Amino acid sequence: MKLIVAIIRPDRLNEVLEALYRAEVTGLTVSRVLGHGGETDRVETYRGTTVKVELQEKVRLEIGVSDPFVNVTISAIVAAAHTGEVGDGKVFVMDVEQVHRIRTGERDEGAVTPAVAV
Amino acid sequence: MTRPPLLLALQDAAPAVVPADTAWMLVATALVLLMTPALAFFYGGLVRSKNSLNTMMMSFAALGVVGIVWALAAYSLAFSEGNALIGGTANFFLNGIGLEAQGTIPQILFLIYQGTFAIITAALISGAVVERMRFGPYVAFIALWTLLVYAPMAHWVWGGGWLMTRGVLDFAGGTVVHINAGVSALVAALVLGVRKDYGRQAILPHNVPFVLLGAGLLWFGWFGFNGGSALAANELAALAFSNTALAPMATLVVWVFLDYFRTGRATAVGGATAIVVGLVAITPAAGFVSPSAALLLGGIAALPSYFVIVARSRTRLDDSLDVFAGHGIGGITGALLTGVFAEKAWNAAGADGLLAGNPAQLVTQALGVGSAIVYSAVATFALLKVLGFVTALRAAPRTEGMGMDVSQHGEEAYASGEGSILVIHEAGPDSTPAPVLTPQTAAR
Ligand SMILES: Nc1ncnc2c1ncn2[C@@H]1O[C@H](COP(=O)(O)OP(=O)(O)OP(=O)(O)O)[C@@H](O)[C@H]1O
Ligand SMILES: [Mg+2]
Repeated sequence: MKLIVAIIRPDRLNEVLEALYRAEVTGLTVSRVLGHGGETDRVETYRGTTVKVELQEKVRLEIGVSDPFVNVTISAIVAAAHTGEVGDGKVFVMDVEQVHRIRTGERDEGAVTPAVAV
Repeated sequence: MTRPPLLLALQDAAPAVVPADTAWMLVATALVLLMTPALAFFYGGLVRSKNSLNTMMMSFAALGVVGIVWALAAYSLAFSEGNALIGGTANFFLNGIGLEAQGTIPQILFLIYQGTFAIITAALISGAVVERMRFGPYVAFIALWTLLVYAPMAHWVWGGGWLMTRGVLDFAGGTVVHINAGVSALVAALVLGVRKDYGRQAILPHNVPFVLLGAGLLWFGWFGFNGGSALAANELAALAFSNTALAPMATLVVWVFLDYFRTGRATAVGGATAIVVGLVAITPAAGFVSPSAALLLGGIAALPSYFVIVARSRTRLDDSLDVFAGHGIGGITGALLTGVFAEKAWNAAGADGLLAGNPAQLVTQALGVGSAIVYSAVATFALLKVLGFVTALRAAPRTEGMGMDVSQHGEEAYASGEGSILVIHEAGPDSTPAPVLTPQTAAR
């Protein structure tokens, strides 16, 4: 089992969710985050105050998957989130020790949805 | 001869300023000016938050650029002595505009009052091109549109032009303002094309309370729009004012019922839209029909606009905020129903309509509607094509994705200040900037 954490552009979220849905990846967590990836600063001015906005709005996806689904999930995200411009984001893949499904008490492979590759 | 009250006031009244009329028109002018910020809230609430400032600025920009174009040239083209198609240049650059009586109010006040109409008409079009049109080309567009489309149409209907001579009734701007803006909006949406997310993902209003606030303030301002079009503090103003209260009430109730039967819910965005549609529909009729006819007219007007909105959203026509359904269809409905319900018993300077035994008035109204549609469509199309040849009208897809607030204005509607570094102007280019002290960061 792996935990896939992807940081993507907010305006690619719909495309990514669509791609994940088509790949039959269903369990996931989405949050709005602020990030910095060395992009050129955006300048904003409010009356006399000029600021450089260093933190960009991004979306973080966290997806726990069984081993056969790791590559499917990654390629779905990468293909859907890609624009080719600086700041497209990153995908991190981590080992997961345990997973528990609270309702049924299922553990590990049995608890990540979907458990079997199609 | 039947003449709309505007010309009546211009030509027939004694050449003396009447204080009571002036007092009412001072207030009415301020009321109509407020409609443009109101429209900014109405439209601003309907778009996504990343485009809310840009959308509101599209209305506010009209307050500046259209107002100036109006004062310097468009007023003269609309209202000074000319031929059947266009006014003259006698009042260019505010020439000859003073405190002398125009009807019973000072001419400068008449110019400013009419200017507030030109401003909101141009701003109305923006609803069709929000979330994608670049700000610079938009500003150029509304300035030129006021000169080339609005001023001639105002002249035709109000300034002594050919539609006025034919006896077309348009009390406060159903044709000049609403059909004109609605049709131009439709053309602009077609020329600009769909937003990149249109039909692919849900594009939802980011602030429905803003939409309701905007609709409420529009109604308030509309008392100046219709009531003020009597150009005097008299019975006619009271009639137009009362009809402006009554018609949207009926539209609101009918619309909410339609919503309820179609979706099982009475929606707030629907209610706000209904108020605007009712106001649009009563605009051409306000000073020509009885109060009971106004109620009927408002109720009927809900139907065409409601179903055009439902149908439009299933097409690839991205008239984003339904300017055509609201103002175009609402304006056409109102203009035609004016020809049905008008009664000389309520306004001797008006005309009898179909129900008062004069079906010819309905034909006359249709002539006004038809010519407005054709001229707005052709002229707006040509103008946008020429502008589009000079510069790109649309933002690049990347920019559109980022949002128009940040890309066009370098501002956010709901900035938190987190992650923003203050740029210190006195410092040299290499010095390290200090973090900005916002309440959030200062507390840490
Ligand atoms: N090393 C990292 N650790 C944690 N989060 C990161 C890291 N790099 C990038 N991110 C997150 O991803 C977002 C997008 O990063 P970005 O795409 O700019 O990465 P990059 O390595 O600079 O690639 P690019 O050259 O395409 O800009 C950042 O705003 C941040 O939230
Ligand atoms: Mg980067």
